[in-house]
Amino acid sequence: MPVLESRRMTKEVTSPDGRLTIIDDVSLVIRAGESVAIVGPSGSGKSTLLALLAGLDVPTRGEVRLEDRPFSVLDEDGRARARAGRVGFVFQSFHLVPSMTAEENVRLPLELAGVVEAPERAMAALAAVGLLGRARHRARQLSGGEQQRVALARAFVGRPALLFADEPTGNLDTASGEQVADLLFDLNRSAGTTLILVTHEQSLAARCDRTLALIAGRLADDSGCG
Amino acid sequence: MTRVLPSLSRLWRTLWRGDLAVLIAAIAVAMAASTTVSLFTNRLHGAIRNESATVLAADLRLESGRNAESLDAAEQQAQQRQLRTARLTSFTSVVHAGDQGQLATVIATEAGYPLRGTLRTATIPYGPSHATNVLPGLGEAYVDPRLASRLGVSVGSLLRIGATQLRVVEILADRPDRGSGYAEVAPAVLMRGADLAASGLLGPASRATYTLLVAGEPARVDPFLAWLKLHKSAAERLVGVGEASAQLGSAADRAARFLNLAAVTTMLLASIALAMAARRHASQRRDEVALLKCLGATRRVVLLRFSSEMGAAALVGAGIGALIGYCAQSGLAALAHVFTGVAELPAPSATPIIWGVVMSLVMTAGFGLPPVIELTRVPPARVLREDLAARPLPLLVPAALAVATMLVILYLAVRDARLMVSAAIVLSVITGVYVLAGIGLVRLLARLRSDAGTPWRFGVAALARRPAQSVAQLVAFGLGMTILLLLGVVRGDLLEEWRRAVPADAPNHFLINIAPQERDSVEDFFKARQVVVEFAPWVRARLRAVNGTPMAQRMPKSDRGRAFAEREQNLSFRRTLPADNQIVEGHWWPVSGLGAAQVSVATEFRDELDLHLGDRLEFDVAGESVDATLASVRKVRWDGFRPNFFLLFSPGVLDGNVSSYLAAAHLEARVRPDLAEFNRRFPTVTVLDIDGLLTTVRGLVDRAADAVTYVFAFTLLAGLVVLAAAIRATADERRYEGALLRAFGASRRQVLLGAALEFATLGVLAGLVAATAAAAISAFVAAYWLGLPWHLQGLLWLFGPIAGLLGVGGAGLLGTWRMGLIPPFRVLQAS
Repeated sequence: MPVLESRRMTKEVTSPDGRLTIIDDVSLVIRAGESVAIVGPSGSGKSTLLALLAGLDVPTRGEVRLEDRPFSVLDEDGRARARAGRVGFVFQSFHLVPSMTAEENVRLPLELAGVVEAPERAMAALAAVGLLGRARHRARQLSGGEQQRVALARAFVGRPALLFADEPTGNLDTASGEQVADLLFDLNRSAGTTLILVTHEQSLAARCDRTLALIAGRLADDSGCG
Repeated sequence: MTRVLPSLSRLWRTLWRGDLAVLIAAIAVAMAASTTVSLFTNRLHGAIRNESATVLAADLRLESGRNAESLDAAEQQAQQRQLRTARLTSFTSVVHAGDQGQLATVIATEAGYPLRGTLRTATIPYGPSHATNVLPGLGEAYVDPRLASRLGVSVGSLLRIGATQLRVVEILADRPDRGSGYAEVAPAVLMRGADLAASGLLGPASRATYTLLVAGEPARVDPFLAWLKLHKSAAERLVGVGEASAQLGSAADRAARFLNLAAVTTMLLASIALAMAARRHASQRRDEVALLKCLGATRRVVLLRFSSEMGAAALVGAGIGALIGYCAQSGLAALAHVFTGVAELPAPSATPIIWGVVMSLVMTAGFGLPPVIELTRVPPARVLREDLAARPLPLLVPAALAVATMLVILYLAVRDARLMVSAAIVLSVITGVYVLAGIGLVRLLARLRSDAGTPWRFGVAALARRPAQSVAQLVAFGLGMTILLLLGVVRGDLLEEWRRAVPADAPNHFLINIAPQERDSVEDFFKARQVVVEFAPWVRARLRAVNGTPMAQRMPKSDRGRAFAEREQNLSFRRTLPADNQIVEGHWWPVSGLGAAQVSVATEFRDELDLHLGDRLEFDVAGESVDATLASVRKVRWDGFRPNFFLLFSPGVLDGNVSSYLAAAHLEARVRPDLAEFNRRFPTVTVLDIDGLLTTVRGLVDRAADAVTYVFAFTLLAGLVVLAAAIRATADERRYEGALLRAFGASRRQVLLGAALEFATLGVLAGLVAATAAAAISAFVAAYWLGLPWHLQGLLWLFGPIAGLLGVGGAGLLGTWRMGLIPPFRVLQAS
């Protein structure tokens, strides 16, 4: 059963040079539990595609369906509600809230979903990424690798059905990047989460079940309908 | 709510970070100013109420000319409301001692009198007195020292009042309701009500005044007063504390007005800081909002989360401000006792603090909510692309909210819709002028930037590179400096004017009822003691008709208007305009040519009776008809402690009708013992000592001046908070630009010099515009709000730019000092 599906999705923006097509007629199906890498050169529209699939932006034409229900036609609040407790994120620039401790950052999606045992689950998630001892540290007191591990704990703590990762190792050195990547795939496997990963690292893409190549806003082959 | 609101501990931590701390400081300063002023004026009014009550010997008096029984219903009602009551019966009668007789005011009372204030008695006339609230016993009396002197009686002597004989047991040196008015001129005898019947003086046709005195908690007295106004008969006269001590009330009202003005300006200044801090705070939380939205937060959740954060900051700020305000006003009250004879000010009420908190929340909502609403519009895709910004609100929304908030703050402070609208228009015009001036100046700077040196290019030209922020900073600095300069100017004028109103040599004694033939002897008596006496002829007259229409046919509706129309007025005539009077309509008669009979009226008289220049007023003066044309209208300063009249005639009209003279003199302590001799030589003249009242008013002016200084200090603090907020507004960009410049080889000195030049230029420009605005507004405030004369202060154009240069330039340099200490790579890495 498809967990996420896009049908003839196009995204256009207005620029000083006229209308620009960033995503061009993309249709794809992602099934529950699989891991999919979206690869492509800089400027090919990878991040825009991720934003559209995650409902962070809406297509100009076409539609996105989440768990077989219309998703992109919902308004911003409707899409936010649909994501709550169901979708997790890992970003290249970590996006931890600087004023919060590691534990508070991890607890955030649980609080927003109204989960009662949030503190206990947040601590368990931190333990899973090996950062229990850093629970009370603020974001800026952590190294880059540690920050991304906290972000992983935050992404998995709500047991999301779907996880979007945007260049999760892009800001890390090789050793930290490998550690984060291992952790990402381990957690993904044990939680049974569907993973959609945007990367330009071939080694990372190779660890996914399937790879979608994006060139100038179009999928390079028909693998999207997998 | 857990999914909406941040936890308390996190909230507490967030509050003290960066811009929320500035917001808290802004609210705290505004609240401190507002609570200091409202608590202090609240207590001041309470003290005046008490003081006025002392003048009445009660909180209110109900007087009837019919009989004692007519007051029974009111007395019962008062007692049911748990108010204290006492009765007085007073009438004029001849009192005898041996074969001597003298006209006296006989006051008969029962236990309880006076309900407010104390009696003072002595053993010999004009001897040392002591406070007592023990009334004379049955068959006993206290007598006024003047009466004792005139009748030649002393303690132990017998007095005959009608058919009864009373023994003098004390000399009545003073009683609280002796009255600062001039009506009661005969010296008093105080006796027990139970002895009255035996005197046989009060028959059905006798002319006595029956008085009910009432006192109690203000919360009980006020509703009773309202009840009385509805139920009293037309023949009964009600005197409340508001009607007593006009001089005190006037001085206090003026003080309260200025203090409120100062507090409002502090609040408006703090609002600028608040708006800037809220904007920067919100802009720094955009990434967090994008993340929250990714994780499923709706716009409502974002709105509640961040507005609750701001609300909490407002409450914390209000709490700190209330505490500072409470301490400040306590200090103010403790510095010296406002009133001589009153131990301390009454306890402050909690109402000003509650209002202050409400005001803080209103301010935060009005100036802080628009950035929070903008936060809800941050697109969630910002997590992937940081250049994605929130759709800004249409400019009209924050502008309308800010104006509405300003109106609410102004209205709550001045409670006068007309004044509020005019003040709002002035503020809006000034802000508009600032924006236009800012745009013009920034464009001018953009033209100048090309040929100058490095610091100039990277400093002053930065103003042109960030036009919107530069204009916003210019408006903030400019408005802040306008308010400070304005307050500085008005404050100086005001304190000077106040002190001028009660000079050290102001008359402290009034001499009433000087017979025309005694006038020269009285003058000689004081001249021999080097005392200058100012005489005013006193004529009693009743207004009969206006332009031929009898007063009965044009009776005003208000009590005061009816009193003007029905009662006999005390009026005077004079050649020159009194110093504390100001002609607001028409012309004062020429000193040389006197011409036809003319009259000048006080504004209150004109307003109550709806008179116009040129009206023909017909008076009844001792049975004769006297016509006069209304030539001018005067604004009279009733708190000036000089004899003043609602009606003044041109000389030559009433010269033959002088019933007596009123005189005012400043008597130093060395002359006062001679008053006993004065009383013996001029037994019919009443000497009214208002030295106590003068001391009270002087104390009030001094304390109000202290309060003004306090509030001014808060306004300065608010100015500093604005400075901090405005400097922080561009701190991130400046830090980044500075780091880049240093990475490319600029020295730290060059970067700092650039920043200093940038702020100094901003400061000088803001100072110039602020000086112009302050001069314009001070003219408006002086004329329409405080009723003071206005003088152009040329120094403003010197102070403004210098203050801007030093204040803004210095603070800007300090604020960016740290920027030069951070290694450039760290700044660039963090960005």
